Amino acid sequence: MTSANQIRMPAGGASASPAGPRRGGHDSARRADNRRKWYEIIGLTTPAVLIYVMFVLVPMGFAVYYSLFRWRGVGPPTEFVGLRNYTLAFQDPIFLDALRNNALIVFGSLLIQGPIALGVALLLNRRFRGRAVFRLLVFVPYVLAEVTVGIMWKLLLTGDGTVDALLRSLGMGGLVQAWLADLDVVIWTLLAILTWKYVGFAIILLLAGLSNVPDELTEAAAIDGASWWQIQRHVTIPLLGPTIRIWMFLSMIGSLQIFDMIWVTSVPAVRSLGASATMATYMVDNGFFARLWGYGNAVAVILFVISFVAALLFQRFLLRRDIEGAITGRAK
Amino acid sequence: MAVNSVLPPSTGRRQVSWGTPLTYALALAIAAVSIAPVIYVVIGGFRTTPQIVADPAGLPDPFVWDNYARVLTQSNFWQQAFNSAVIALGTTLAVVVLGLAAAFVLARYSFRGREGLYTFFTLGLLFPAGAAILPLYLMLRDLNLINSYYAVILPQVAFSLPLTIVILRPFLSAIPRELEDAAAIDGASRLGFLWRVAMPLSRPALVTVGVLAFVASWNSFLLPLLVLSDVNLHTLPLGVQNFSSQYTTDTAGVLAFTSLAMLPALLFFTLAEKQIVGGLQGAVKG
Repeated sequence: MTSANQIRMPAGGASASPAGPRRGGHDSARRADNRRKWYEIIGLTTPAVLIYVMFVLVPMGFAVYYSLFRWRGVGPPTEFVGLRNYTLAFQDPIFLDALRNNALIVFGSLLIQGPIALGVALLLNRRFRGRAVFRLLVFVPYVLAEVTVGIMWKLLLTGDGTVDALLRSLGMGGLVQAWLADLDVVIWTLLAILTWKYVGFAIILLLAGLSNVPDELTEAAAIDGASWWQIQRHVTIPLLGPTIRIWMFLSMIGSLQIFDMIWVTSVPAVRSLGASATMATYMVDNGFFARLWGYGNAVAVILFVISFVAALLFQRFLLRRDIEGAITGRAK
Repeated sequence: MAVNSVLPPSTGRRQVSWGTPLTYALALAIAAVSIAPVIYVVIGGFRTTPQIVADPAGLPDPFVWDNYARVLTQSNFWQQAFNSAVIALGTTLAVVVLGLAAAFVLARYSFRGREGLYTFFTLGLLFPAGAAILPLYLMLRDLNLINSYYAVILPQVAFSLPLTIVILRPFLSAIPRELEDAAAIDGASRLGFLWRVAMPLSRPALVTVGVLAFVASWNSFLLPLLVLSDVNLHTLPLGVQNFSSQYTTDTAGVLAFTSLAMLPALLFFTLAEKQIVGGLQGAVKG
């Protein structure tokens, strides 16, 4: 992995080589080379551009178009209804429940996973024997498919199932709930499962970020008489800022789109009452399965706009320095 | 970019030491919470459903192999694993090839509109795949691609390209100009330089983007759910979901199927952990 070092070098514009004349100064040779250069540029980028435009950009355009119709998905859409699908969505209490659930998952994930991960990462921020194994184990839930995780927890949480039995044997039988059936409980259960699945990811990311904090800085602070907590508070955590912000960004975008785990873990009846619906499950339930294609596409556009705006705001205010190169096209 | 920040700094002067008891207690607790449910599922596959119902938190007594044997011989497990593999490999290959080609141009050619093209690709980072799923389905239906591997592969490639290009471009830009000149003197064209110098040199980054694309594809559910209604084309995540809703009373069988479905991801991950972590980290720091 030594060549990974190269990735630290300044990227983009400055170091890219102009494909100028190779040898000799003949004008015709130069022109031929220039023409060949353009053939290469077009030949190498066209496949990527085509597939990207066709399957990423075009569908979102169509979503906007379809969302203006009442349409069952058969034949071309003809019944133009303007923005009615959007107003309908915001009047549907189930959709509002879905919005609330998404908000809960976004903030719940940040507020629960963040402190846990930060605490664990700071306490484990030293190389100790077995750390590689630890990292591997903690990362396991993240790598499993959300579907697999969902099915697994569904089995563990069935009535009088493993979790209930465990709680009872620990003398905490009073805590037993209808984890996935109680309309007031289900979203919290789902949030807990999501925490289990994704907190390891946050820990790993923060541990990796911590290994970038030079020991010299913390050692210097210690020599100056700073306590462990002061060092963390004033040296380590600020230096960890970019990693934390990137994790927050990824977590937020993922939470807004969350689908798989919710879909397999909570039964359709509970979902259709809004207790566990998210924007994405609501969209698929209504658009795909109930065949309200126009309406479903309106929900898709709402989901898209919310994610897009959230991402832009986050970048504008928090992430600017960290991924400037990626989004503005200017390399750092 | 901090791809290699995953690796401990090679100081040499410092010995890896034993941690304090507190460190280990904490590490052990976290690791146990992470892995206990998974172990439970794997072990549960060795029990019978009556055993599980009678004592949900018990150990197998006696050990039964029947559930695993049944899943491996009588279910669609192998077919689904094959479908998942074809789709994941197809996606990975296409992402790496197309991403490398585009990133190479964006890194090593200077031409008008280059930065514009790059920004155009990076815009894709802000397009969540989940939001596009309905129009995507309609489009694939109109293209007659529903119920084919392409229906999953093509959109997955498209949505992986922005991240791939963001990861690969700085890598390719960082290859010193001198190497390109040297290659030119040796008679290599720009494409020859790509093939013989740039590609081998950027292998770590290619592995990273490949692994990320593979894992994402292997675990994906929503897109296959919509576009693969043909049972013979189902992937493992769909299989797990179907099996569990089809055999609700066969808890032990579901546990066995779930464990077997986890296995490839776990194996693959153990082999490629560094690339996954590095990629996730490096990616966002473009």
